[in-house]
Amino acid sequence: MEAASIGASATRTDGPTVVYRHALPVRIAHWINVVCLFILLMSGLQIFNAHPSLYLGSASDPSQRVLSMGAVREADGTPVGVTTIGNLRFRTTGVLGLSKGIGGELENRGFPSWITIPSYRDLATGRRWHFFFAWLFVLNGLAYFIYSIWSGHFRRDLVPTQTQVRHIGHDILDHLHLHFPKGEQAKHYNVLQKLAYLLVVFVLLPLTILAGLTMSPGLDAAFPFLLDIFGGRQSARTVHFICASGIVLFVFVHVVMVLVSGVWNNLRSMVTGRYRIEPAE
Amino acid sequence: MKRKSTLNRRSFLTRTSAIGGALYLGGCDKLSQSPSFRDLLDQAEGVTMGVQRFVLTSRSLAREFSEKDISSTFKANGSTGVDDPTYEKNASEKFANWKLVVGGLVERPMSLSLDDLHRLPARTQITRHDCVEGWSAIGKWKGAQFSALLQTVGLKPNARYLVFHCADMLEPGSPYYESIDLIDAFHPQTILAYDMNDAPLSVPHGAPVRLRVERQLGYKHAKYVMRIEAVSSFAFVAGGNGGFWEDRGYEWYAGI
Repeated sequence: MEAASIGASATRTDGPTVVYRHALPVRIAHWINVVCLFILLMSGLQIFNAHPSLYLGSASDPSQRVLSMGAVREADGTPVGVTTIGNLRFRTTGVLGLSKGIGGELENRGFPSWITIPSYRDLATGRRWHFFFAWLFVLNGLAYFIYSIWSGHFRRDLVPTQTQVRHIGHDILDHLHLHFPKGEQAKHYNVLQKLAYLLVVFVLLPLTILAGLTMSPGLDAAFPFLLDIFGGRQSARTVHFICASGIVLFVFVHVVMVLVSGVWNNLRSMVTGRYRIEPAE
Repeated sequence: MKRKSTLNRRSFLTRTSAIGGALYLGGCDKLSQSPSFRDLLDQAEGVTMGVQRFVLTSRSLAREFSEKDISSTFKANGSTGVDDPTYEKNASEKFANWKLVVGGLVERPMSLSLDDLHRLPARTQITRHDCVEGWSAIGKWKGAQFSALLQTVGLKPNARYLVFHCADMLEPGSPYYESIDLIDAFHPQTILAYDMNDAPLSVPHGAPVRLRVERQLGYKHAKYVMRIEAVSSFAFVAGGNGGFWEDRGYEWYAGI
Protein backbone atom coordinates (compact mmCIF):
# COMPACT_ATOMS: atom_id res chain seq x y z
CA MET A 1 0.00 0.00 0.00
CA GLU A 2 3.05 2.23 -0.21
CA ALA A 3 1.69 3.87 -3.32
CA ALA A 4 -1.31 5.12 -1.40
CA SER A 5 0.86 7.20 0.83
CA ILE A 6 1.07 10.86 0.07
CA GLY A 7 4.41 11.55 -1.49
CA ALA A 8 5.63 8.02 -0.95
CA SER A 9 7.34 7.90 -4.30
CA ALA A 10 8.78 11.39 -4.23
CA THR A 11 12.47 11.86 -4.63
CA ARG A 12 14.47 14.92 -3.81
CA THR A 13 15.61 16.78 -6.92
CA ASP A 14 16.06 20.41 -7.76
CA GLY A 15 13.20 20.67 -10.25
CA PRO A 16 9.54 19.99 -9.66
CA THR A 17 8.78 16.39 -8.79
CA VAL A 18 5.61 14.46 -9.38
CA VAL A 19 4.31 12.32 -6.55
CA TYR A 20 1.48 9.82 -6.39
CA ARG A 21 -0.80 11.63 -4.00
CA HIS A 22 -4.25 10.05 -3.99
CA ALA A 23 -4.89 6.31 -4.13
CA LEU A 24 -7.50 5.10 -6.61
CA PRO A 25 -10.17 4.20 -3.99
CA VAL A 26 -9.88 7.69 -2.49
CA ARG A 27 -10.22 9.29 -5.93
CA ILE A 28 -13.28 7.23 -6.79
CA ALA A 29 -14.88 7.95 -3.42
CA HIS A 30 -14.13 11.66 -3.85
CA TRP A 31 -15.93 11.99 -7.19
CA ILE A 32 -18.90 9.88 -6.15
CA ASN A 33 -19.11 12.17 -3.14
CA VAL A 34 -19.09 15.26 -5.36
CA VAL A 35 -22.09 13.97 -7.33
CA CYS A 36 -23.94 12.78 -4.22
CA LEU A 37 -23.40 15.96 -2.21
CA PHE A 38 -24.57 18.21 -5.03
CA ILE A 39 -27.71 16.17 -5.58
CA LEU A 40 -28.37 15.69 -1.87
CA LEU A 41 -28.04 19.43 -1.27
CA MET A 42 -30.32 20.44 -4.11
CA SER A 43 -32.97 17.76 -3.61
CA GLY A 44 -32.74 18.50 0.12
CA LEU A 45 -33.62 22.12 -0.56
CA GLN A 46 -36.61 20.94 -2.62
CA ILE A 47 -37.75 18.93 0.42
CA PHE A 48 -37.08 21.88 2.74
CA ASN A 49 -39.21 24.10 0.49
CA ALA A 50 -42.28 21.96 1.24
CA HIS A 51 -42.20 23.50 4.73
CA PRO A 52 -39.57 26.23 4.77
CA SER A 53 -39.31 26.58 8.56
CA LEU A 54 -37.10 25.00 11.21
CA TYR A 55 -37.92 24.34 14.86
CA LEU A 56 -36.43 22.96 18.07
CA GLY A 57 -38.03 20.05 19.92
CA SER A 58 -40.32 17.22 18.83
CA ALA A 59 -43.13 19.10 17.11
CA SER A 60 -43.39 22.20 14.91
CA ASP A 61 -44.43 24.51 17.73
CA PRO A 62 -44.45 28.09 16.35
CA SER A 63 -42.91 29.35 19.61
CA GLN A 64 -39.93 27.05 18.98
CA ARG A 65 -39.34 28.26 15.43
CA VAL A 66 -35.73 29.20 14.70
CA LEU A 67 -35.89 29.93 10.99
CA SER A 68 -38.55 30.53 8.40
CA MET A 69 -38.85 31.78 4.84
CA GLY A 70 -41.94 33.13 3.22
CA ALA A 71 -43.56 35.93 1.29
CA VAL A 72 -45.65 38.78 2.66
CA ARG A 73 -47.40 41.70 1.00
CA GLU A 74 -46.36 45.22 1.82
CA ALA A 75 -48.95 47.94 2.45
CA ASP A 76 -49.00 48.82 -1.26
CA GLY A 77 -49.50 45.18 -2.26
CA THR A 78 -45.94 44.48 -3.41
CA PRO A 79 -44.93 40.96 -2.43
CA VAL A 80 -41.61 40.67 -0.59
CA GLY A 81 -39.60 37.64 0.46
CA VAL A 82 -38.87 37.55 4.16
CA THR A 83 -36.43 35.29 6.00
CA THR A 84 -36.64 35.14 9.78
CA ILE A 85 -33.77 33.76 11.88
CA GLY A 86 -34.63 33.85 15.58
CA ASN A 87 -35.91 37.37 16.12
CA LEU A 88 -34.13 38.84 13.12
CA ARG A 89 -36.05 39.57 9.94
CA PHE A 90 -34.37 40.00 6.58
CA ARG A 91 -35.82 41.05 3.24
CA THR A 92 -34.67 38.38 0.85
CA THR A 93 -36.87 39.01 -2.20
CA GLY A 94 -35.52 37.26 -5.30
CA VAL A 95 -33.54 34.67 -3.38
CA LEU A 96 -35.28 33.33 -0.27
CA GLY A 97 -39.01 33.24 0.41
CA LEU A 98 -39.98 34.78 -2.91
CA SER A 99 -38.20 34.21 -6.20
CA LYS A 100 -38.80 33.64 -9.87
CA GLY A 101 -39.84 30.13 -10.81
CA ILE A 102 -38.96 28.43 -14.09
CA GLY A 103 -41.90 30.24 -15.74
CA GLY A 104 -40.33 33.58 -14.83
CA GLU A 105 -43.16 34.45 -12.42
CA LEU A 106 -42.44 35.39 -8.81
CA GLU A 107 -43.52 32.55 -6.54
CA ASN A 108 -43.63 31.85 -2.87
CA ARG A 109 -40.80 29.39 -2.31
CA GLY A 110 -38.06 28.91 0.29
CA PHE A 111 -34.98 28.42 -1.87
CA PRO A 112 -34.94 29.56 -5.51
CA SER A 113 -35.53 27.17 -8.40
CA TRP A 114 -31.93 27.28 -9.67
CA ILE A 115 -30.74 25.50 -6.55
CA THR A 116 -33.42 22.81 -6.21
CA ILE A 117 -33.94 19.41 -7.86
CA PRO A 118 -36.29 19.39 -9.68
CA SER A 119 -36.19 23.12 -10.42
CA TYR A 120 -40.01 23.26 -10.24
CA ARG A 121 -41.89 22.40 -7.09
CA ASP A 122 -42.19 18.62 -6.77
CA LEU A 123 -41.68 17.19 -3.29
CA ALA A 124 -42.29 13.56 -4.33
CA THR A 125 -39.54 13.67 -6.95
CA GLY A 126 -37.19 15.59 -4.66
CA ARG A 127 -37.58 12.82 -2.09
CA ARG A 128 -36.90 10.13 -4.69
CA TRP A 129 -33.64 11.83 -5.70
CA HIS A 130 -32.66 12.47 -2.10
CA PHE A 131 -33.15 8.93 -0.82
CA PHE A 132 -31.52 7.24 -3.81
CA PHE A 133 -28.41 9.39 -3.54
CA ALA A 134 -28.46 9.17 0.25
CA TRP A 135 -28.02 5.41 -0.10
CA LEU A 136 -25.24 5.87 -2.66
CA PHE A 137 -23.58 8.43 -0.39
CA VAL A 138 -23.77 6.16 2.68
CA LEU A 139 -22.47 3.09 0.83
CA ASN A 140 -19.67 5.17 -0.70
CA GLY A 141 -18.84 6.54 2.75
CA LEU A 142 -18.75 3.06 4.25
CA ALA A 143 -16.44 1.82 1.50
CA TYR A 144 -14.19 4.85 2.08
CA PHE A 145 -14.09 4.22 5.84
CA ILE A 146 -13.27 0.55 5.46
CA TYR A 147 -10.58 1.30 2.88
CA SER A 148 -9.10 4.16 4.92
CA ILE A 149 -8.83 2.14 8.12
CA TRP A 150 -7.47 -0.93 6.32
CA SER A 151 -4.93 1.01 4.25
CA GLY A 152 -3.89 3.35 7.02
CA HIS A 153 -5.06 6.43 5.04
CA PHE A 154 -6.67 7.98 8.13
CA ARG A 155 -3.72 7.36 10.43
CA ARG A 156 -1.00 8.21 7.92
CA ASP A 157 -2.53 11.09 5.98
CA LEU A 158 -5.23 12.71 8.13
CA VAL A 159 -4.01 12.60 11.73
CA PRO A 160 -1.83 15.68 12.36
CA THR A 161 1.70 15.05 13.57
CA GLN A 162 2.90 16.53 16.86
CA THR A 163 5.17 18.90 14.99
CA GLN A 164 2.24 20.11 12.89
CA VAL A 165 0.10 20.75 15.99
CA ARG A 166 2.93 22.75 17.58
CA HIS A 167 3.24 24.99 14.53
CA ILE A 168 -0.45 25.52 13.95
CA GLY A 169 -0.19 29.31 14.48
CA HIS A 170 2.44 29.60 11.78
CA ASP A 171 0.30 27.49 9.46
CA ILE A 172 -2.73 29.72 9.93
CA LEU A 173 -0.66 32.80 9.03
CA ASP A 174 0.72 31.06 5.95
CA HIS A 175 -2.79 30.17 4.87
CA LEU A 176 -4.06 33.70 5.35
CA HIS A 177 -1.27 34.96 3.11
CA LEU A 178 -2.04 32.20 0.61
CA HIS A 179 1.49 30.83 0.97
CA PHE A 180 1.32 27.17 0.19
CA PRO A 181 3.95 24.65 1.23
CA LYS A 182 6.60 23.58 -1.23
CA GLY A 183 9.17 20.85 -1.31
CA GLU A 184 9.12 18.22 1.41
CA GLN A 185 6.22 19.86 3.28
CA ALA A 186 3.96 19.79 0.25
CA LYS A 187 4.04 16.01 0.27
CA HIS A 188 1.63 15.93 3.20
CA TYR A 189 -1.60 17.66 3.99
CA ASN A 190 -0.93 20.67 6.20
CA VAL A 191 -2.44 20.77 9.65
CA LEU A 192 -5.41 22.99 8.74
CA GLN A 193 -6.29 20.69 5.86
CA LYS A 194 -6.05 17.67 8.13
CA LEU A 195 -8.25 19.23 10.78
CA ALA A 196 -10.81 20.34 8.20
CA TYR A 197 -10.94 16.88 6.62
CA LEU A 198 -11.16 15.16 10.02
CA LEU A 199 -13.99 17.47 11.05
CA VAL A 200 -15.92 16.77 7.86
CA VAL A 201 -15.25 13.03 7.72
CA PHE A 202 -15.77 12.21 11.39
CA VAL A 203 -18.20 14.88 12.60
CA LEU A 204 -20.11 16.80 9.95
CA LEU A 205 -21.02 14.00 7.54
CA PRO A 206 -21.91 11.37 10.19
CA LEU A 207 -23.96 13.95 12.11
CA THR A 208 -25.84 14.91 8.94
CA ILE A 209 -26.65 11.26 8.29
CA LEU A 210 -27.75 10.60 11.89
CA ALA A 211 -29.94 13.71 11.94
CA GLY A 212 -31.42 12.68 8.61
CA LEU A 213 -32.19 9.19 9.91
CA THR A 214 -33.87 10.72 12.96
CA MET A 215 -36.47 12.33 10.68
CA SER A 216 -37.66 8.85 9.71
CA PRO A 217 -40.68 7.79 11.80
CA GLY A 218 -39.76 4.15 11.13
CA LEU A 219 -36.21 4.48 12.43
CA ASP A 220 -37.42 6.50 15.42
CA ALA A 221 -39.46 3.46 16.43
CA ALA A 222 -36.51 1.12 15.87
CA PHE A 223 -33.93 3.35 17.59
CA PRO A 224 -35.72 5.74 19.98
CA PHE A 225 -32.36 6.99 21.32
CA LEU A 226 -31.93 8.90 18.05
CA LEU A 227 -34.64 11.26 19.26
CA ASP A 228 -32.80 11.75 22.57
CA ILE A 229 -29.49 12.52 20.84
CA PHE A 230 -31.00 15.44 18.96
CA GLY A 231 -33.81 16.47 21.32
CA GLY A 232 -36.69 15.57 19.03
CA ARG A 233 -37.49 15.13 15.36
CA GLN A 234 -37.79 18.82 14.56
CA SER A 235 -34.47 19.55 16.29
CA ALA A 236 -32.96 16.78 14.14
CA ARG A 237 -34.37 18.47 11.04
CA THR A 238 -32.72 21.73 12.15
CA VAL A 239 -29.40 19.97 12.86
CA HIS A 240 -29.58 18.29 9.43
CA PHE A 241 -30.00 21.71 7.83
CA ILE A 242 -27.17 23.30 9.85
CA CYS A 243 -24.80 20.40 9.08
CA ALA A 244 -25.68 20.63 5.40
CA SER A 245 -24.86 24.35 5.55
CA GLY A 246 -21.54 23.42 7.18
CA ILE A 247 -20.80 21.04 4.33
CA VAL A 248 -21.62 23.79 1.82
CA LEU A 249 -19.21 26.09 3.64
CA PHE A 250 -16.52 23.39 3.60
CA VAL A 251 -17.02 22.73 -0.11
CA PHE A 252 -16.82 26.46 -0.83
CA VAL A 253 -13.54 26.89 1.06
CA HIS A 254 -12.23 23.63 -0.40
CA VAL A 255 -12.93 24.76 -3.96
CA VAL A 256 -11.40 28.20 -3.31
CA MET A 257 -8.26 26.56 -1.94
CA VAL A 258 -8.10 24.26 -4.96
CA LEU A 259 -8.40 27.29 -7.25
CA VAL A 260 -5.74 29.39 -5.53
CA SER A 261 -3.23 26.59 -4.91
CA GLY A 262 -3.02 25.38 -8.50
CA VAL A 263 -6.25 24.22 -10.02
CA TRP A 264 -4.83 21.92 -12.72
CA ASN A 265 -2.35 20.29 -10.40
CA ASN A 266 -5.06 19.64 -7.83
CA LEU A 267 -7.59 18.41 -10.35
CA ARG A 268 -5.05 16.12 -11.97
CA SER A 269 -4.06 14.68 -8.62
CA MET A 270 -7.68 13.84 -7.86
CA VAL A 271 -8.14 12.29 -11.32
CA THR A 272 -4.85 10.49 -12.02
CA GLY A 273 -3.39 10.60 -8.53
CA ARG A 274 -0.33 12.51 -9.70
CA TYR A 275 0.58 15.76 -7.95
CA ARG A 276 3.41 18.08 -8.89
CA ILE A 277 5.54 19.50 -6.12
CA GLU A 278 7.59 22.65 -6.55
CA PRO A 279 11.03 22.53 -4.99
CA ALA A 280 11.50 24.35 -1.69
CA GLU A 281 13.22 27.73 -2.03
CA MET B 1 1.83 36.41 -21.97
CA LYS B 2 1.52 34.65 -18.62
CA ARG B 3 -1.19 37.07 -17.59
CA LYS B 4 -3.18 36.47 -20.74
CA SER B 5 -3.10 32.72 -20.30
CA THR B 6 -4.29 33.05 -16.69
CA LEU B 7 -7.20 35.20 -17.82
CA ASN B 8 -8.12 32.76 -20.54
CA ARG B 9 -7.90 29.96 -18.09
CA ARG B 10 -10.12 31.83 -15.66
CA SER B 11 -12.73 32.67 -18.23
CA PHE B 12 -12.57 29.10 -19.49
CA LEU B 13 -13.22 27.85 -15.96
CA THR B 14 -16.06 30.31 -15.42
CA ARG B 15 -17.69 29.40 -18.70
CA THR B 16 -17.25 25.69 -18.16
CA SER B 17 -18.83 25.88 -14.73
CA ALA B 18 -21.69 28.03 -16.03
CA ILE B 19 -22.40 25.64 -18.90
CA GLY B 20 -21.93 22.66 -16.60
CA GLY B 21 -24.32 24.16 -14.08
CA ALA B 22 -26.99 24.79 -16.70
CA LEU B 23 -26.63 21.29 -18.14
CA TYR B 24 -26.75 19.85 -14.65
CA LEU B 25 -29.95 21.68 -13.76
CA GLY B 26 -31.71 21.07 -17.06
CA GLY B 27 -30.45 17.51 -17.00
CA CYS B 28 -31.90 16.89 -13.56
CA ASP B 29 -35.32 18.13 -14.69
CA LYS B 30 -35.17 15.91 -17.77
CA LEU B 31 -34.08 12.94 -15.71
CA SER B 32 -36.86 13.66 -13.22
CA GLN B 33 -39.37 13.16 -16.01
CA SER B 34 -37.73 10.14 -17.63
CA PRO B 35 -39.70 6.98 -16.70
CA SER B 36 -36.65 4.73 -16.76
CA PHE B 37 -34.62 7.08 -14.55
CA ARG B 38 -37.55 7.38 -12.14
CA ASP B 39 -37.68 3.59 -12.00
CA LEU B 40 -34.03 3.62 -11.02
CA LEU B 41 -34.56 6.24 -8.30
CA ASP B 42 -37.59 4.29 -7.05
CA GLN B 43 -35.35 1.29 -6.35
CA ALA B 44 -34.20 3.10 -3.21
CA GLU B 45 -37.64 2.63 -1.67
CA GLY B 46 -37.27 -1.17 -1.68
CA VAL B 47 -33.84 -0.90 -0.05
CA THR B 48 -35.16 1.51 2.59
CA MET B 49 -38.14 -0.70 3.34
CA GLY B 50 -36.03 -3.84 3.47
CA VAL B 51 -33.57 -2.28 5.90
CA GLN B 52 -36.26 -0.66 8.07
CA ARG B 53 -38.26 -3.88 8.25
CA PHE B 54 -35.05 -5.67 9.24
CA VAL B 55 -34.34 -3.33 12.16
CA LEU B 56 -37.98 -2.84 13.18
CA THR B 57 -39.49 -5.66 15.16
CA SER B 58 -43.25 -6.05 15.01
CA ARG B 59 -43.22 -4.78 18.60
CA SER B 60 -41.09 -1.65 18.06
CA LEU B 61 -43.33 1.19 19.10
CA ALA B 62 -43.35 4.77 17.92
CA ARG B 63 -42.48 7.04 20.84
CA GLU B 64 -45.45 7.98 23.01
CA PHE B 65 -45.56 11.37 24.66
CA SER B 66 -47.26 12.82 27.75
CA GLU B 67 -50.33 15.07 27.96
CA LYS B 68 -48.20 18.19 28.32
CA ASP B 69 -46.55 17.53 24.96
CA ILE B 70 -49.83 17.69 23.00
CA SER B 71 -49.59 20.40 20.33
CA SER B 72 -51.88 23.37 20.92
CA THR B 73 -52.52 23.59 17.20
CA PHE B 74 -52.61 20.51 15.00
CA LYS B 75 -52.87 21.42 11.34
CA ALA B 76 -55.59 19.53 9.47
CA ASN B 77 -53.81 18.78 6.22
CA GLY B 78 -55.07 17.39 2.92
CA SER B 79 -58.86 17.36 2.78
CA THR B 80 -60.54 19.19 5.63
CA GLY B 81 -64.05 18.16 4.69
CA VAL B 82 -66.08 16.01 2.35
CA ASP B 83 -68.28 17.51 -0.35
CA ASP B 84 -70.87 14.76 -0.48
CA PRO B 85 -74.57 14.86 0.62
CA THR B 86 -74.51 11.40 2.26
CA TYR B 87 -71.39 12.29 4.23
CA GLU B 88 -72.84 15.64 5.24
CA LYS B 89 -76.06 13.98 6.39
CA ASN B 90 -74.06 11.45 8.44
CA ALA B 91 -71.96 14.22 9.93
CA SER B 92 -75.05 16.19 10.93
CA GLU B 93 -76.33 13.07 12.74
CA LYS B 94 -72.94 12.70 14.48
CA PHE B 95 -72.45 9.52 12.42
CA ALA B 96 -75.15 7.69 14.43
CA ASN B 97 -76.40 6.04 11.22
CA TRP B 98 -73.03 5.68 9.53
CA LYS B 99 -71.55 2.24 8.88
CA LEU B 100 -67.97 1.20 8.18
CA VAL B 101 -67.93 -1.52 5.52
CA VAL B 102 -65.29 -4.24 5.84
CA GLY B 103 -65.00 -6.65 2.95
CA GLY B 104 -62.79 -8.19 0.31
CA LEU B 105 -60.73 -11.23 1.28
CA VAL B 106 -62.30 -11.68 4.72
CA GLU B 107 -64.21 -14.63 6.19
CA ARG B 108 -67.05 -12.51 7.61
CA PRO B 109 -67.72 -9.30 5.66
CA MET B 110 -69.57 -6.84 7.85
CA SER B 111 -70.76 -3.30 8.42
CA LEU B 112 -69.84 -1.74 11.73
CA SER B 113 -71.45 1.24 13.38
CA LEU B 114 -69.44 3.72 15.41
CA ASP B 115 -70.84 1.96 18.51
CA ASP B 116 -69.55 -1.37 17.22
CA LEU B 117 -66.10 0.17 16.82
CA HIS B 118 -66.31 1.56 20.35
CA ARG B 119 -67.04 -1.95 21.62
CA LEU B 120 -63.79 -3.32 20.14
CA PRO B 121 -60.67 -3.28 22.35
CA ALA B 122 -59.41 0.29 22.32
CA ARG B 123 -55.99 1.86 22.58
CA THR B 124 -55.08 5.42 23.55
CA GLN B 125 -51.74 6.86 22.43
CA ILE B 126 -50.12 10.28 22.37
CA THR B 127 -47.94 10.26 19.30
CA ARG B 128 -46.13 12.50 16.87
CA HIS B 129 -47.69 12.97 13.45
CA ASP B 130 -45.03 13.59 10.80
CA CYS B 131 -46.20 15.21 7.60
CA VAL B 132 -44.24 14.41 4.46
CA GLU B 133 -43.89 18.20 4.08
CA GLY B 134 -41.60 18.23 7.10
CA TRP B 135 -43.68 19.45 10.05
CA SER B 136 -44.70 17.44 13.10
CA ALA B 137 -47.56 17.75 15.60
CA ILE B 138 -48.36 15.74 18.70
CA GLY B 139 -51.90 14.51 19.34
CA LYS B 140 -53.75 12.08 21.55
CA TRP B 141 -55.60 9.36 19.69
CA LYS B 142 -58.09 6.79 20.88
CA GLY B 143 -59.52 4.12 18.65
CA ALA B 144 -60.29 0.50 17.95
CA GLN B 145 -57.24 -1.70 17.73
CA PHE B 146 -57.00 -2.64 14.11
CA SER B 147 -55.77 -6.16 14.91
CA ALA B 148 -58.98 -6.72 16.92
CA LEU B 149 -61.08 -5.65 13.97
CA LEU B 150 -59.15 -8.01 11.70
CA GLN B 151 -59.70 -10.88 14.15
CA THR B 152 -63.44 -10.09 14.16
CA VAL B 153 -63.75 -10.28 10.38
CA GLY B 154 -61.09 -12.97 9.87
CA LEU B 155 -58.61 -12.58 7.01
CA LYS B 156 -58.58 -15.13 4.23
CA PRO B 157 -55.17 -16.79 3.72
CA ASN B 158 -54.46 -14.88 0.50
CA ALA B 159 -55.11 -11.43 2.04
CA ARG B 160 -51.88 -9.37 1.98
CA TYR B 161 -52.94 -5.74 2.19
CA LEU B 162 -55.71 -3.67 3.69
CA VAL B 163 -57.02 -0.91 1.46
CA PHE B 164 -58.76 2.08 3.04
CA HIS B 165 -61.35 3.72 0.81
CA CYS B 166 -62.12 7.25 1.94
CA ALA B 167 -64.92 9.74 1.39
CA ASP B 168 -62.75 12.73 0.56
CA MET B 169 -61.50 13.76 -2.85
CA LEU B 170 -58.37 15.89 -3.17
CA GLU B 171 -58.89 15.80 -6.92
CA PRO B 172 -62.23 15.47 -8.73
CA GLY B 173 -62.92 11.83 -9.54
CA SER B 174 -60.06 10.52 -7.38
CA PRO B 175 -61.26 9.48 -3.94
CA TYR B 176 -58.53 9.31 -1.34
CA TYR B 177 -57.31 5.84 -0.51
CA GLU B 178 -54.42 4.19 1.24
CA SER B 179 -53.07 0.71 1.90
CA ILE B 180 -50.93 -1.02 4.50
CA ASP B 181 -49.52 -4.52 4.68
CA LEU B 182 -50.19 -7.07 7.42
CA ILE B 183 -47.08 -6.14 9.41
CA ASP B 184 -48.44 -2.65 10.00
CA ALA B 185 -52.06 -3.83 10.16
CA PHE B 186 -51.32 -6.03 13.18
CA HIS B 187 -48.99 -3.55 14.89
CA PRO B 188 -50.28 -2.65 18.37
CA GLN B 189 -50.28 1.10 17.64
CA THR B 190 -52.32 0.72 14.47
CA ILE B 191 -55.82 1.88 15.35
CA LEU B 192 -58.94 3.24 13.74
CA ALA B 193 -59.11 6.46 15.72
CA TYR B 194 -62.52 7.88 16.62
CA ASP B 195 -61.28 10.31 19.30
CA MET B 196 -58.63 13.00 19.05
CA ASN B 197 -57.44 14.89 22.13
CA ASP B 198 -60.32 13.44 24.23
CA ALA B 199 -63.06 14.58 21.86
CA PRO B 200 -64.79 12.81 18.97
CA LEU B 201 -62.70 13.19 15.83
CA SER B 202 -63.65 16.45 14.12
CA VAL B 203 -64.52 16.72 10.43
CA PRO B 204 -61.25 18.49 9.48
CA HIS B 205 -59.29 15.65 11.09
CA GLY B 206 -61.23 12.89 9.30
CA ALA B 207 -64.48 12.13 11.16
CA PRO B 208 -65.82 9.61 11.91
CA VAL B 209 -62.63 7.49 11.83
CA ARG B 210 -59.11 7.83 10.55
CA LEU B 211 -56.30 5.33 10.42
CA ARG B 212 -53.31 5.78 12.70
CA VAL B 213 -50.23 3.89 11.51
CA GLU B 214 -47.66 5.51 13.73
CA ARG B 215 -44.40 4.37 12.19
CA GLN B 216 -45.15 6.01 8.86
CA LEU B 217 -45.72 9.52 7.51
CA GLY B 218 -48.99 11.42 7.72
CA TYR B 219 -50.38 10.60 4.29
CA LYS B 220 -50.68 6.91 5.28
CA HIS B 221 -53.09 7.95 8.06
CA ALA B 222 -56.19 7.89 5.86
CA LYS B 223 -59.03 10.15 7.02
CA TYR B 224 -62.80 9.75 6.41
CA VAL B 225 -62.44 5.94 6.14
CA MET B 226 -65.67 4.51 4.71
CA ARG B 227 -64.69 1.04 3.54
CA ILE B 228 -61.86 -1.34 4.26
CA GLU B 229 -61.00 -3.99 1.74
CA ALA B 230 -58.62 -6.91 2.25
CA VAL B 231 -56.79 -7.66 -1.01
CA SER B 232 -53.98 -9.88 -2.25
CA SER B 233 -52.55 -7.02 -4.32
CA PHE B 234 -53.38 -3.35 -4.76
CA ALA B 235 -52.23 -3.32 -8.38
CA PHE B 236 -55.81 -2.98 -9.62
CA VAL B 237 -56.98 -0.35 -7.14
CA ALA B 238 -57.10 3.18 -8.68
CA GLY B 239 -53.64 4.05 -10.05
CA GLY B 240 -52.21 0.76 -8.79
CA ASN B 241 -49.58 2.18 -6.45
CA GLY B 242 -51.45 1.63 -3.20
CA GLY B 243 -52.58 5.14 -2.37
CA PHE B 244 -53.71 8.56 -3.58
CA TRP B 245 -50.27 10.12 -3.04
CA GLU B 246 -48.46 6.96 -4.11
CA ASP B 247 -50.22 7.33 -7.47
CA ARG B 248 -48.65 10.80 -7.58
CA GLY B 249 -45.06 9.71 -7.03
CA TYR B 250 -44.77 9.35 -3.25
CA GLU B 251 -43.38 6.22 -1.61
CA TRP B 252 -45.78 3.44 -0.66
CA TYR B 253 -43.48 2.65 2.25
CA ALA B 254 -43.62 5.92 4.15
CA GLY B 255 -41.42 5.02 7.11
CA ILE B 256 -38.93 7.61 5.86
